[in-house]
Amino acid sequence: MILPAMPEDYGTTVVSMGPQHPSTHGVLRLMLKMDGETVLRLVPVIGYLHRGTEKLAESRTYTMIIPYTDRLDYLSAMYMNLGYVLAVERLLGLEVPERARWLRTAVAELQRLASHLLWLGSFALDLAATTVFLYTFREREIILDLFETLCGARLTYNYMRIGGVMADVPAGWLGRAADYLDVQERMLVEYENLLTGNPIFRARTEGIGVISGADAVNFGLSGPTLRGSGVPYDIRKLEPYDAYGEVEFAVATREAGDCFARYEVRLDEMRESIKIVRQCLEKLDGLAGEVQGRAPRVIKPAAGEAYARVEAPRGLFGVFSVSDGTANPVRVRFRSPSFANLCALDHMCRGVKLADVVAVLGSIDIVLGEIDR
Amino acid sequence: MDTWLNNLWHGVTLGGNEVMRSLMVALLSLVIMLVVVLVVIWLERKVSADIQNRIGPIRTGGVLGFVLQSLADALKLLMKEDLRPAGADRWPFYIAPYLVFLPAFMAYMILPFSATWIPQDVKIGILYYCAVSAVPVLGIAIAGWASNNKWSLLGALRSAAQLVSYEIPLGLAILAAVLLHGTLETGAIVRSQWLNPWLTLLTLPALLIFLTAGLAEVSRTPFDLPEAESELVSGFNTEYSGMRFATFFLAEFSASFFISALAVTLFLGGWSLWGLDLAWARHVFHWDTAAWFVDGALVPAAIPFVMKAFWFAVFMVKTFVVLWILMWVKWTLPRLRIDQVLNFGWKALLPAALANLLLVSLVGAWLQPAGGDTPGRPAVVNAIVLPGVGPPGAADGDAAGSPASAPGRP
Repeated sequence: MILPAMPEDYGTTVVSMGPQHPSTHGVLRLMLKMDGETVLRLVPVIGYLHRGTEKLAESRTYTMIIPYTDRLDYLSAMYMNLGYVLAVERLLGLEVPERARWLRTAVAELQRLASHLLWLGSFALDLAATTVFLYTFREREIILDLFETLCGARLTYNYMRIGGVMADVPAGWLGRAADYLDVQERMLVEYENLLTGNPIFRARTEGIGVISGADAVNFGLSGPTLRGSGVPYDIRKLEPYDAYGEVEFAVATREAGDCFARYEVRLDEMRESIKIVRQCLEKLDGLAGEVQGRAPRVIKPAAGEAYARVEAPRGLFGVFSVSDGTANPVRVRFRSPSFANLCALDHMCRGVKLADVVAVLGSIDIVLGEIDR
Repeated sequence: MDTWLNNLWHGVTLGGNEVMRSLMVALLSLVIMLVVVLVVIWLERKVSADIQNRIGPIRTGGVLGFVLQSLADALKLLMKEDLRPAGADRWPFYIAPYLVFLPAFMAYMILPFSATWIPQDVKIGILYYCAVSAVPVLGIAIAGWASNNKWSLLGALRSAAQLVSYEIPLGLAILAAVLLHGTLETGAIVRSQWLNPWLTLLTLPALLIFLTAGLAEVSRTPFDLPEAESELVSGFNTEYSGMRFATFFLAEFSASFFISALAVTLFLGGWSLWGLDLAWARHVFHWDTAAWFVDGALVPAAIPFVMKAFWFAVFMVKTFVVLWILMWVKWTLPRLRIDQVLNFGWKALLPAALANLLLVSLVGAWLQPAGGDTPGRPAVVNAIVLPGVGPPGAADGDAAGSPASAPGRP
C-alpha cells in the first residue's frame, strides 16, 4: 500500500513492523516507509483482533453484553463496563443508589491507576528501561488483588451492573485499599527517580512525537494524549457521571505535546486518582445502603437511543445504544479512544527515527482489543 | 601443582614445540573463557533479578547452579533446530557467529590473571587486543546482511556505525594508560601499577572514558542498539536459533567480562593490591620478596603458589565488581537512539578522550626529568615508589636494577 513505486521513493525501504513485534502492544502492524532509520510515512494496519463485539451485542440481552465490554480495553475493563451500563441506565432512566455510585467511582479510579501503571511499565520497557516495568507491576498486582476480592476476577471483571454494581465490598476491603494508596504514593516517587530526571529518558522523550493542541483536537484525540498538548478536556469535569461531581481533583495538562508531556500528564493523573480514591473510601466508610438499584428483571427499554461517554484511562470512551423496545439492542456502538489516538500516529511520527516510533506509540498508549473490537 | 600450572601457563612442557604451545594457549583461553562466561551469565540473571525484585534462577543445579544453570541453557540451545531462513545467504549466515565468537576468546590470551599467569604475554599485548576487537563488527555486519531480514540489516548497520565510532575513544583511553606505563604488555602495565600505585590515580579519568566506550563496544544498555529488542525485534541475530544464537550470546557475555577485566588490568591495578600485597608478603609473612625479582623480571618459581592464587582471587574480585557496575548500569538506564549514540561518541567522548590523553602526556612529560634515560616511562616514577613496598632494588635507590625501570621482559 505504500510500497516504493514512485521515482522519488528511490532509496527508501518499507518495513513491516508487526503484527509480531515486541513493541506494537498487541497485534498491530505498522507499515513504515523509511529512508535509512528515518521514518517518511507510517500506515497502521489494524483488524487482527477483530471479534465483532458490536455485532454480537445485537443478539444478546442488555445484561449479557456486559462481559463483552470487558474484552474491549482489557486493561481497563471496569471503565468499559461503566461506559456501557451508564448508556443503558440512560436508556432506562434508571437511578443508581448513592453507595453504588461511590463504589463505581472508587473502582474506576483504581482501574485508572492499574492501567496507567501498566502503561508506565511498558513505556519504560519500550525505551529499554526494563526495571521500571517490574516495579509498576508489583504495585499493579495489589490493585488486581483488591479487584479479585471484590468480584473474583483479575482482568475481566464484569463488576458493573445496570443500576448498580455486582456486590458490595467485602469486610476490610476499604482499609486494604487505603493501605495500597499509601504504598502507591511512595512508589510513584521511586518511578520518578528512575525516569523523570534521567538524561537518557529525557533525550528520548522530549521533543519527540509532537502534536499541537489544534492538531490534537482536529484528529479527535482524547485522554492524556490530548491533555499532553495543553487541552484541558476531561469528561469527568465536563459531564460528571457517578460521583465525579462530588469529588475534588485537578485536570492534569502539559503544553509541550511531546512524549515527555504525555508521560508527565499520566503521572499527575495517577496522583489525582489517589486523591479521588481516598475521598471515595472516606465517603464509603460512613455510607450505608443498597449497591443495586431497581432495575427490571428483564431489561426492555422503551424504543429510543442513548449515548454515554466516560473518561477512560486512554481517553473518551463513548457508548451509543439504540433500543426498539425488545430485550436485545438494535445497535450498540463503541467509540474507542485508542482508535482516534492511533490515527494521529502518522502525523506524529513523520521524520523521526525508527526508535522514536516505538516511543511515540508507547506514549499514546493504545490497546488493540478496543481498536479492533 | 604449582610447577604444573606454571608450565601450563607458559606452555613449556611441550618441549618448546611452537605449534603445540600455541594450541595449548588457545585451549587454555577457551576453557577459561567458557567457565567464566557460564558464571557471568548466571550472575547477570541474578543481579538483574535482585535489582528488579525477582529471585532469578533457583531450580537448576542446586548449590552448583551458578555454573550448571548456564550449562543447562546452552545444552537446551544445542538441541534446538538450527534454522536457516529460505532467503538467507547460506555460507555467510553460517560463518558469521564464529567471526564474532573467535575474537571474543582470542582476546583472553593477553589477560594477566595473576603475576605469572598469563596465557601468552605478548610484547604488543594491548595492540593485539585493539586489532582483535575490530573483527566482531565484521561478523555482525555479515550476520545482518546474510539473514535477509530488514531488522537484522538495520541492527548490523547500527552496529557497524556504533562499534567503529567507539573504538576510537576506547583506543585513546587505552593509549593514556600505555603512555603512562610506557609499555604495551598487559603484564608489565599491571606490574607498573603494582610498584607505582599512585599512577592508578592519574588514569582514573581514562577509566571512565574506557568504561563508557567499553559499554558501547560490547553493546550493552544504554548502547545495546545492534540488538535493541523493543525496536529491532532482536537486531542482527533475529534469524538465528539454536547453537548459532548461543554463540552470539556467548560472545556477548565473554566480551562483557573481557572489557571489565581489561579495565581492571589497565586502570585498577590488575591482580595487584597496589603494592600492599608485596608489603604484607615481606613484613607479615616474612617471605624473601627480593628473590622474586631477577633483573627486574618476576621469577615464577620463586613466588609461593599461595601468593599467585591470592593475586588471581584479587583479579577476579576486582573484575566482578566492575562487571557488577556494568550490570547495574544496564538494568537501570534506558537506551539511547542511534543518532544520540553517534553524537555522544564523536562530540563528547572523543574530545574528552583526546583531552585526557593530552593531560596524561603533559603529566608524563612533567614527571620525566630532563635527560631521563629510562626508555618509555618517566624515570621519576622509580623514586616515588612507596617506602618498603617496592622491590628491594627500587627501595634502595638502585634505579638501574629495579624492575620498575624495566617493566618489559629483559
